[in-house]
Amino acid sequence: MNFLRKTLDELKKPFEKGQKLEKFAPAINAFDTFLFVPNHTTQKGAHIRDAVDLKRTMVTVIIALLPALIYGIYNTGYQYYAQTGVSFTFLEAFMHGAWKIVPMIIVSYVVGLSIEFGFAVYRGHEVNEGYLVTGLLIPMIMPVDIPLWMVAVSTAFAVLIAKEAFGGTGMNILNPALTARAFAFFAYPTYMSGNKVWVSEASNVDAISGETILGTLAAGGEVNYSMFEMFQGAIPGSIAETSTLWVAVGALILILTGVGSWRIITGGILGAAVMGLLFNLWGANALMSFSWINHLVVGGFAFGIVFMATDPVSGAQTNKGKWIYGILVGIFCIMIRVFNPAYPEGVMLAILLMNVFAPTIDHYVVNGNIKKRKKRWALAQELKSA
Amino acid sequence: MDIIKGIRSRRGAKLNIKGVAEKTLSKTSSSPTYALNPDDFFGTTPKLLVKEGASLKAGDPIFFSKQDPRIKIVSPISGTIKAIERGPKRKIEKILIESNQSSEVRTHDVKNWDKLNRDALVALLLESGNWPFIKQRPYGTLANPDETPKAIFVSAIDTAPLAADQEYLLTNHHENFQRGINVLNKLVDQAVFLGVDASHTAPFDHVENVQMYTVSGPHPAGNLSFHIQQLSPINMGEYVWTINPEDVVNLGRFFNDGVFSPQRTVAFAGNALKNPKYFTAKIGVELAPMIKEVKIMEDSPRYINGDVLSGSSTTASGHLGYYNNLVSVIPEGNTYRMFGWLPFVDNSIMSLSNTSFSRLFNKKGFDIDTNLNGEERALVVTGEMEKVFPLDLYPMQLLKACMIEDIEKMEALGIYEVVPEDFGLIDYANTSKIEAQEIIRKGIELMINEVG
Repeated sequence: MNFLRKTLDELKKPFEKGQKLEKFAPAINAFDTFLFVPNHTTQKGAHIRDAVDLKRTMVTVIIALLPALIYGIYNTGYQYYAQTGVSFTFLEAFMHGAWKIVPMIIVSYVVGLSIEFGFAVYRGHEVNEGYLVTGLLIPMIMPVDIPLWMVAVSTAFAVLIAKEAFGGTGMNILNPALTARAFAFFAYPTYMSGNKVWVSEASNVDAISGETILGTLAAGGEVNYSMFEMFQGAIPGSIAETSTLWVAVGALILILTGVGSWRIITGGILGAAVMGLLFNLWGANALMSFSWINHLVVGGFAFGIVFMATDPVSGAQTNKGKWIYGILVGIFCIMIRVFNPAYPEGVMLAILLMNVFAPTIDHYVVNGNIKKRKKRWALAQELKSA
Repeated sequence: MDIIKGIRSRRGAKLNIKGVAEKTLSKTSSSPTYALNPDDFFGTTPKLLVKEGASLKAGDPIFFSKQDPRIKIVSPISGTIKAIERGPKRKIEKILIESNQSSEVRTHDVKNWDKLNRDALVALLLESGNWPFIKQRPYGTLANPDETPKAIFVSAIDTAPLAADQEYLLTNHHENFQRGINVLNKLVDQAVFLGVDASHTAPFDHVENVQMYTVSGPHPAGNLSFHIQQLSPINMGEYVWTINPEDVVNLGRFFNDGVFSPQRTVAFAGNALKNPKYFTAKIGVELAPMIKEVKIMEDSPRYINGDVLSGSSTTASGHLGYYNNLVSVIPEGNTYRMFGWLPFVDNSIMSLSNTSFSRLFNKKGFDIDTNLNGEERALVVTGEMEKVFPLDLYPMQLLKACMIEDIEKMEALGIYEVVPEDFGLIDYANTSKIEAQEIIRKGIELMINEVG
């Protein structure tokens, strides 16, 4: 370890203040702080600091994502082999998925991190760790057969327009990963919707039906999946959103570590359940009579509410606001699905919509506190003049 | 006195740190030098009254406040001005006084002080150098002698990590404490409030002329901002004064014999010390003789005037601050940790976050150091500040308002109700390593300059 430390210190010399490569210091620092938590000590303010930092927080989110990702990779292969009727082993299914998905992850990280590093050097701040999560989320919510260049363009759009244009990490209004998906959804609709994209090779092999459950329902078809299959995630869909089971494991990690907001998650489930129940009672079409429990386990609702809606930057920031925000995401998600069957990705649109309204929700919550204070001031004034 | 109210907070954290001072009192052997640091008086610009080499009696004025020339800071001992240390822009950083070991004192006439009217009493406090003991809210600056506060708060409970036991400091001083309280009663509009621990010691039951309340909960439940907001919240244009319990005793002693009393009982604490304990000393005393007695176990530790969350750095050759009853000494943490950012590794480092198992282990207390445990980042995580902040206001929103210097918003969000110390635990706990106390201090300075 000492040897590695010394080598790094030697490597960093040209990047120090006043040296030739000073401008590029954020780039080398990002690698250095990946290996070592730096020896920086407190200079002002509190003299001691918590062991938690943004890296640790973001890595916790990645750990929470892994179960869903691994299952998603397997499910990609499983859907392909199951529909083509070929017998297969777990490993074969996993390798089939990995062969398709690992390149997408690499593309997303390379494109996104290059832009992040570029902006860090340009703006002269350290590289923020937020992209570690965004970069993994983007491929996880894409259809498996989307061309890599589309992943690259969507990623670039999301990082540039949704994030850096607003001032970088911590300043963005929309969730960057969802923005990437929304961009792809509207820019390349033939690759992002329909009944030929949700299973590996569905557009090339006729035997494969690449239709999602919500798509089937919207087209007036019968759903042939059992409740357990839906919950377990052995259904077509975007890469890693299908398994409510493994998303729930991730949710548990996020909630227990305190990294994800349990208020948003609970609120979202409540909102969607109540909305689904109301539509069940109405029951005017197939989507309305689709059981409210099923609504919670298909269409990426679980994935969205656990990993996207809980993004602390684009979501509501006050505790009360988080409840309201979560509940509204749930309500709008089901409403969009039911009223506009052309957009089965209700959860994506609902979260993006609520991202836009989150500052407004917070504004009113904080205003409650301000009003209380001003009322007290006015009362004191009155007493004084009386 | 009866308890008027019990206030309780659930939001906050008790940081369980090794090195609590043992309750034994040692006397400091006479210290050769004393020092005053004008930075201890927030919002005050010093104007010197003496030159290097001047000889002084204890209680002789050394400098006055440019903001209000009636406010004088006086010498804690008799001696000569050894040096006036200046920093950039000739800012006075330290006034060093060499003790001449005699007990020459300046005396004031305090006979029949209880017959004085309020103005005469204020004038006497100003003239005798007792005034700087009193601070005011909003802002935490020295009290403005022209205002009458609606309430005066004294808190005999300090919840900060390793804090000196305020009740212990007052042992055997209850007579002077009561006299001090009586003095404060002549200055206040409504009432003097005294906060004590829920399990307070018997002598407090006999304190008179106060509104006594109990406080329970983790740090920062002991901070006055919380008590004031609960019992007598500050509205625009109102003032509340605060004074430390030991300075109430100092006031009481002054009104007994007419001599400025600079007594400071100080706890030496922290995990860099072998024998953490208490000393009786005077304001501005040199730290070195006491450091020798408590025995330092580290090569170059950090010396802090005050607690580890909101104190100010000093050195082994430094001096005790004007207000603090605590000197914390902890190891520096200038070391690297390989892959230390992984969750659930390095569990020996204290953490309030559930991304570490540290809270499950280490019931005996944590070894702490000054490592930042990361680097400053953009504000991302939300909700963690509120968890350690008992005041009824939105800390992150107030911080953001201070960052963009939006005065109207700062007012509305409650800048009048806070002092930087209230954000000490936020400094400690926040993931992005934001310097919250610094931001609030700058915000308050802005308010003083723009609004007054």
